[in-house]
Amino acid sequence: MSTLTATPDTSEAALAAPSRPVYRVTGRRVLSSEWAKLWSLRSTWITLGLGLLFLVAFGVIAASHYKSNLDSGRHMDGDFASATAVSLSLFGTNFAQLALGVLGVLVTAGEYSTGMIRSTLAAVPRRLPVLWSKAAVYGLVALVIATVGAFVAFLVGSRIVSGTPAAMGLGHAGVVRSLLGAGLYLGLVGVIGAALGALLRSVAGGISVLVAALMLVPGLISLLPSSWQGDISPYLPSHAGESIFALTHDSTTLSPGAGLLVFLAWTVLALAGAAYRLLRSDV
Amino acid sequence: MIEAQQLTKRYGEKTAVDGLDFTVKPGTVTGFLGPNGAGKSTTMRMIVGLDAPTSGSVTVNGQHYARHRAPLQEVGALLEAKSIHPGRSAHNHLRALALTHGIPRRRVDEVVELAGLGSVAKKRAGAFSLGMGQRLGIAAALLGDPQTVMLDEPVNGLDPEGVLWIRNLLTSLAAEGRTVFVSSHLMSEVALVADHLIVVGRGRLLADTTVRDLVREAGGDTVKVATDDPARLRDVLAGPGVEVTGRVGSEELQVTGVSAREIGLKAAEHGIPLFELTTKAVSLEEAFMELTRDAVEYHGSTTGTETSRSAA
Repeated sequence: MSTLTATPDTSEAALAAPSRPVYRVTGRRVLSSEWAKLWSLRSTWITLGLGLLFLVAFGVIAASHYKSNLDSGRHMDGDFASATAVSLSLFGTNFAQLALGVLGVLVTAGEYSTGMIRSTLAAVPRRLPVLWSKAAVYGLVALVIATVGAFVAFLVGSRIVSGTPAAMGLGHAGVVRSLLGAGLYLGLVGVIGAALGALLRSVAGGISVLVAALMLVPGLISLLPSSWQGDISPYLPSHAGESIFALTHDSTTLSPGAGLLVFLAWTVLALAGAAYRLLRSDV
Repeated sequence: MIEAQQLTKRYGEKTAVDGLDFTVKPGTVTGFLGPNGAGKSTTMRMIVGLDAPTSGSVTVNGQHYARHRAPLQEVGALLEAKSIHPGRSAHNHLRALALTHGIPRRRVDEVVELAGLGSVAKKRAGAFSLGMGQRLGIAAALLGDPQTVMLDEPVNGLDPEGVLWIRNLLTSLAAEGRTVFVSSHLMSEVALVADHLIVVGRGRLLADTTVRDLVREAGGDTVKVATDDPARLRDVLAGPGVEVTGRVGSEELQVTGVSAREIGLKAAEHGIPLFELTTKAVSLEEAFMELTRDAVEYHGSTTGTETSRSAA
């Protein structure tokens, strides 16, 4: 059947205009287009810079704070007392996820608010390749930035806290896994941001839902009866995500592998919603 | 070639496009006319797959737009609403679109020059004037060297030089054998470039005709003639397709179906003196208004007397 439809198609095109160049939309080309789009906006550079800055700066600040508290011999509360070089230097993850998630929302919802989406979908009317490409390109960029940021923060932070109970090196068990996990988590936050932007088609709406899912829901869950909390809490996006890069795990958290799976499931869910809306709704 | 079959689009209770059937043929400029809110933009969005029809279908060069392997090479579209990111430069905008199809960078430079954007191509598109933005949209429409060019209200916001540029561009594209489909709510603008007309009102097809036929249907060109002997002139001019009217006792006659030149020659032949011989062309605008009067969505208040008369 494919030969039947293909044959008249090509001969007709050849008859109509023998000298016309042959263009074609391919997955790789849509990827390269999205790559070019991402880097041709100033907001990309600014927000990625902010994300990297948050990640490194807050990690270094947390490490310095720990060290100065220790030196002055002041009493430290529980969380801080049990801190490690990893947990201190990854302190900026919370802030970096905002910057990277918001940029993810902008990558997709920004096209709707400006009208660019009409040009984009006129060029790629099958639509779905645009969503996959945006998610892949931006997810990868966020992953790389976040991984670099996590390692830089750890290298600086671990030097600051060397000689203290929190001291750790890259060779320490689980450290590299934690740092890579943090990069992976932030990369997926970027993908979720992009999916939410495409699903809601609004920058404000996308950011609101993202912030609610990552930061507000964990607080609200504490209002539930404690017997429910234990069942639900580890599977929330934020908690599942944290267990990807946490160095230590206990009975109330998921293992890094399980956390990654749960967080991936949330990402796939958001992407599926975005794909459904993209295919079904007019623009 | 664009073919619409029973194309319909409903938004809830409101029917924006109502069972449109039309064909836009290659090699000519086809005007797409209708008052504001007639469904022109919705139809054009359905052609490039941005809106899905509620029922019916529309194909481009024999296939649904989304089925084409290189959509930008089939249809280049300028849509009414802005379709750019204001933070991106004109060049980067075109480059991003070109990359999806493997269109070379050389072609991007070509359309930038063609649209007269050379000096501003590196500037943020958000800072463009209405006319510049329109030129960028046209550059994007031509990017894929498309077989069909579809422009929604292209002269909006253009200065006289830009309007002239669009006119020449459209006729030259059609002369190259391409399908050119241009919407407008101004008859006078379309009549200058279009050979064929598709007129819509309230989503329905009102006329699928040529400029010449539309004028003829609206009464055609009338010749006003004043003579010493109207009765004899009537007899002389009588023939198939010729209509002569005039008040009794008046020297003036209104003649349709014969040109002023023929009337002059016949009168001279029969020795009938003429005092006046004037061709009165029917304004296309009038013909258009007549056609769409009932379909106009938003009437001005001056039509109040007219409506009461037609109601009675």
